[in-house]
Parts: sequence; structure tokens; C-alpha cells
Amino acid sequence: MNFWRKVIAIARKDTLAEMRTRETVSAVLVFTLLVIVIFNFAFGANPGIAKEVASGMLWVTFAFAGVLSFNRSFIVEKEENCLEGLMIAPISREVIYVGKLLASLLVMLIIEIIALPVFALLFNLDVLSIQLVIIIVLTTLGFVAVGTLFSAMAVNTKAREMVLPILFLPIIVPVIISAVKASDLALSGGSWTTLASWLQIIGAFDVIFLVASFLIFTYVIEE
Amino acid sequence: MKKRILLGLGFLLILLSLYLVFLFVPTEKEMGIVQRIFYLMVPSAWTALLSFLFVFAASILYLASRKSKWDILAHSAAEIGLAFTSLTLIVGSIWARPIWGVWWTWEARLTATLVLWFIYLTYFIVPSMVTDESRAARFAAVVGIVGFLDVPIVILATTLWRGLHPAPIIFQGGIAPPMLLTILASVAAFTVLYFILLMLRVSIKTDEVELKKLRELPD
Repeated sequence: MNFWRKVIAIARKDTLAEMRTRETVSAVLVFTLLVIVIFNFAFGANPGIAKEVASGMLWVTFAFAGVLSFNRSFIVEKEENCLEGLMIAPISREVIYVGKLLASLLVMLIIEIIALPVFALLFNLDVLSIQLVIIIVLTTLGFVAVGTLFSAMAVNTKAREMVLPILFLPIIVPVIISAVKASDLALSGGSWTTLASWLQIIGAFDVIFLVASFLIFTYVIEE
Repeated sequence: MKKRILLGLGFLLILLSLYLVFLFVPTEKEMGIVQRIFYLMVPSAWTALLSFLFVFAASILYLASRKSKWDILAHSAAEIGLAFTSLTLIVGSIWARPIWGVWWTWEARLTATLVLWFIYLTYFIVPSMVTDESRAARFAAVVGIVGFLDVPIVILATTLWRGLHPAPIIFQGGIAPPMLLTILASVAAFTVLYFILLMLRVSIKTDEVELKKLRELPD
């Protein structure tokens, strides 16, 4: 139980810092809304087309929003040597990983909660279904699992912000495929059985990469 | 000595495969002569995957032991794997054009191979941007491990998503014996070729690392 208390402490630190400055959430949120609007210019001329590509647009938007917000996750630790401070503290590396993961997850979920209704509004979609919510939560968990690991790596490279998308996007391809397909089915009112196989893929991805990142994180973060 | 045997074996197997592919195997009735590309593409794809397996294993061993020889093995395997993956993509395109009429299509296997290609590329890009040597090696190892774990999920997702690729005929028992022999010979030839290339590359890289260490010694 000590583990979780430490994890909550780190998550709380990140969340408090975020709440006071709101820099990540506001920037990423504005970006997300802008991307949705730009997608409208790309596809929205014909409302039929917009409905077809809706779930694709949604997930591309969330993927790029994720890249932006994960970048922030460790860059803030680079300033003032906060990362060294975390490493000297009497906590295991895994605690740092899970703590950061939870904080990023919260930020992503907040952004998604706000962006989703806007998206539904602008594209006239009937969006609020429990299926879609579950898809979004599972997929975001997958994003955050690898995003946190890769952010810790990217922050140590020379071209920081540019490395994360290169690392992140190929790895989450299967999750994007599954999320888009599942969202499509959910938006057109499919049953749980049709969604099942896609959800299984996302779930498998989540489990595998949560465990793998948990184990690998310590190698990434040490000096 | 081992190298000589391997080289000899590889030479023979490749000669055998060439004979089988171009002279022995009967022409497939649906796709015609173009179908013979199959005997080049399947071994390429197989070797690429085998290579990635080596990268995965060597990366884990490197992170566990920090011995530079594992990093050298992983790096060499990744290089050769990238080459074979590129070959698979190019050959796959060349096959696709006469058969399906398009240079590229987003079907399951091709898409999965493309994603694999990108992951291999990341294996090289990320360490190149890190200033510290040992950190670069560690990051490469992490990419190797995470990338390999992703591959089965990518294949699963893309297969579920689309399917235009010729069905796995080998396992359905619908392949003629001469074709089976040819494909097995080709796969064997490519595997031996792969090991030859891997051994060569590892020995070159070991020398490179040795040379670098010697250069950095104070005079």
C-alpha cells in the first residue's frame, strides 16, 4: 500500500502543478479544437463524408493531442533538475512511472471530455454512448502507457519534441486501427459483440505495454 | 572454419533455390509467371521477422548485462532487418502491380510490414540523437524491445482490419508439393544468407567499436 501512496503523491504533485498553471491543458485543448476545425475544412464540405471519417478524425486529433501533452510530462522535470530530485527521493523508479502515467491520464481524459461534445456539436453526431466512453478510456490508457515511457526517452535527446512522435506513432498504430474501427461501430450503434474483437486488441495492448513499460522505465531514466 | 561451411552451404542453397524457382517449379495457373516473386518475398519477410527477434533478444540481454557485444548484435541485426524489410516492401509492391493493378494497397500484411519498417527506422533515429553513448545504446535496446512486443499486435490488428493478401496457402494444404519444396528451399537459403550477413556485420562492428576505443586512449 505504500507503493500506491507514493504514486498518488507524485500524481498529485503533477496535477496540482497543472491545475495552478493550466499550461498543458489549455494549450493542448486549444490545439485539439483547432485540429477539429481544420479537419472540418478538409472533409466537412459534404456532411455524408464527415460522418464516414468522423471516428478517424477523432482519433487522429487525440493522438496528436497526446503527443503534445506527453512531451510536457517530462520536459517540466528537466527544468530546475526536478528529475534528479525525483530520482534521489526514496521511491522506486516504477513509482515515478506510474505517478506520471496517472497524471498524464487525468490530463488526457479532461481534454477528451471537453473535446468530445465539441466534436459532436460541430459534426452533428450522436456521441454519448457508454461504448464510446469505454473505447476512449481504454485507448487513452494505452496511449499514456507508452507515451510516458517515450517521453522520458525523448526528453534526453537533442531534438526533444520531435523524437516523441517518431517513437510514439508507429507503436500505437494497432491501437489507432482498433479504436477507429470500434468508434465507428459505436457511433453507428453497433452491439457489444461486434466491438468485442477490437476492444480485445486494445485491452491486450494496454496490458502488454503497461507491464513492459513498467519494467523498462528504470533503464530509460537512469543516468 | 564455421564461416567456410556456412558460406559453402549458403552458396549451394541459393543455387538450388534459383534452379527450383526458375526451372523446376511449374507456373501457377492463376497468376502466371509473376507468382514466382512469392519465392523471393516470403523468405524476405521471414528473415525480417527473424531479425527482429534477434534484436529483441539481444536488447534484453544488453539491458540485463550491459555487455557491449549484445548491443553490437542488436545493432547489426536491426540493420540487416531493415534491409530485408525494405526488400519485402519493394518486392511486395512489384508483385502487387501486375496482380492487383496498384503499386500499393493498405492490406493487412503490407501495412504491418510498413509499420515494422518504421519501428526499425526508429531504432536508428533515436540513438543518433542522444549525445551520451551508453544512453544511446540503452534507448536503442528499449526501442528494440517495445517494437518487437508491438509486432504481433500490429499483425493482429491489421489482419482484422483488412484482408486482400493471398490466404496462407501453405497451412491450408492447398499447395502443390513442388511449390512447397521450392518455398522451403528459398526460406532455408535466405536464412543461411541472413546468418552469413549477420556474422559479417557483427565482426565488422566489433572491429569498429574496438577501433574507437583505441582512438580514445590517451597517447
